[in-house]
Amino acid sequence: MQLYLPIADIPVNVFLILAMGAAVGFVSGMFGIGGGFLMTPLLIFVGIAPAVAVASVASHIAASSFSGAISYWRRRAIDPLLALVLLTGGTLGTALGVWTFTLLRSLGQLDLMIATSYVILLTTVGALMFWEGLRALLRARRGGPVTTRRPGSHVWIHGLPLKMRFKRSKIYLSVIPVVVIGLIIGFIGAVMGIGGGFILVPLLIYVLRVPTSTVIGTSMVLTLVTMVFATMLHAVTNHLVDAVLALILMVGGVTGAQFGARAGQKIRGEHLRLLLGLLVLAVGVRFAVELVIRPEDLFTIRETGVTG
Amino acid sequence: MTLRLILMLGWLALGLALAASPARAERLIVSVSNHRVTVTPNYSGEELVLFGSVEKDANTPANRTYDLVVTVAGPRADMVTRRKERRFGIWINTDSRQFLGVPTYLALFSNRPFDAIASPEVQRRQQLGLNNVLLTQRVGPDYADVVPDDAFRSAFVRLRKQHGLYREETSAVTFLTPTLFRTGIPLPAEVPIGLYNVEIKLFADGALVAKTDTAFEIVKVGFEQFVATTAQQHGFVYGLITAFMALMTGWMASIVFRKD
Repeated sequence: MQLYLPIADIPVNVFLILAMGAAVGFVSGMFGIGGGFLMTPLLIFVGIAPAVAVASVASHIAASSFSGAISYWRRRAIDPLLALVLLTGGTLGTALGVWTFTLLRSLGQLDLMIATSYVILLTTVGALMFWEGLRALLRARRGGPVTTRRPGSHVWIHGLPLKMRFKRSKIYLSVIPVVVIGLIIGFIGAVMGIGGGFILVPLLIYVLRVPTSTVIGTSMVLTLVTMVFATMLHAVTNHLVDAVLALILMVGGVTGAQFGARAGQKIRGEHLRLLLGLLVLAVGVRFAVELVIRPEDLFTIRETGVTG
Repeated sequence: MTLRLILMLGWLALGLALAASPARAERLIVSVSNHRVTVTPNYSGEELVLFGSVEKDANTPANRTYDLVVTVAGPRADMVTRRKERRFGIWINTDSRQFLGVPTYLALFSNRPFDAIASPEVQRRQQLGLNNVLLTQRVGPDYADVVPDDAFRSAFVRLRKQHGLYREETSAVTFLTPTLFRTGIPLPAEVPIGLYNVEIKLFADGALVAKTDTAFEIVKVGFEQFVATTAQQHGFVYGLITAFMALMTGWMASIVFRKD
């Protein structure tokens, strides 16, 4: 069934988009991530303009992270204070990100920027995750204790001022790194059309030592608020949010996520991390190849304004 | 200033028309099958039909054979064509040209190749064929149309052709009788909305003998148009609704799939 997308301005097959939403939802449910880093590239590959893809995926991630956040809230697995401090940085970062997005778009370098940031971010994070997963797997195979790395030694971050006690997470630390992390995630989320969960969770665990009991729920709250904010800003400044596209993605996504979550419970943690690492790496490499090989067409056209 | 110019030109045209009318031997009568094409959410392109006839009068030389060129031009817009080049091992946009006020849709139809209809000089003057149509470019501070084989111009035309938005068919016009003709105007799925001008030029013995024009309009209707205009004009409300929709979908999912 063909449907004409009002903002993306192209006809698409509803079932294809629905299936993409479900597939990404499955993956996101399985790994407990938003899945934006998969959704945006997929939309770009089917021919939706990168700018529209980034802006529309923001609302799709908002939907999936809201349903996730609700269930984590019921289980009291969210640290409200930590989420609030992260958000102060997050909203600022999102605003900066949307502003950068608009600027790059007018310079004609937005697509390049989106592609290169995907390459850099995904290959680095993917390789790290893969390596970490592989090591954990080998350690488990050798029969050694599977340590969830949470060394107690103090690093420089714990020497920063403005300390605060986050009760539910049982940590006592400076607000500065928390705000900075929120800022970074908000910024890349708005520019790249990703929720940033797959970067935020490791950052919270390894840098801020947030316990695993609250980490995913809290990161979902940050994702939710920054993505709602990004949707609003993209709608107001660039008019690029395709609500029809977003709705199809959301419906597919939240459904797929349920099945993904069930599948995820059957796989061991190390395997899961290894798989996620591989997946992230693969998307990054796909973008890298796109940049390096000679494009099929060297020329592109974009409408810049209506006259008369 | 512009208004006065238009008025003056109008009077001039009228004067010319009055002066020329006794000598004018042919008249064109045309119509398109639909003056208002509506784009609905499941629109996947359609074809309009233009038909018409050549009316002769007493002055018309007998046994004249006619050639016909139909030019359909969609709403005009500024467009940028960018060229990628390899820099530091990756392909990035480097050079660009801006096309000013060029038609978003452009189709040229005729009954036989333009070379057979008129001399190169007439083809250029009457803008027959995609190679002769005026596409104004901004090159630095200058405004000009460049030679047809300019890299940016030909890339621009080629890309528009690939999307079915620029087309040139030299056998699309058919004469049903020596004076009755028709042609199809294909409109692809991604056709831009707006007002379309159709210019019909009649040639005989390599010279323009009559011309007329008509127009049709492409409008988006229904929900989809509503979405597009709301997004453009009421960005804030649109964003709020989209965000609310996202939250509702997420909330619904958490109820439907609740496990406890």
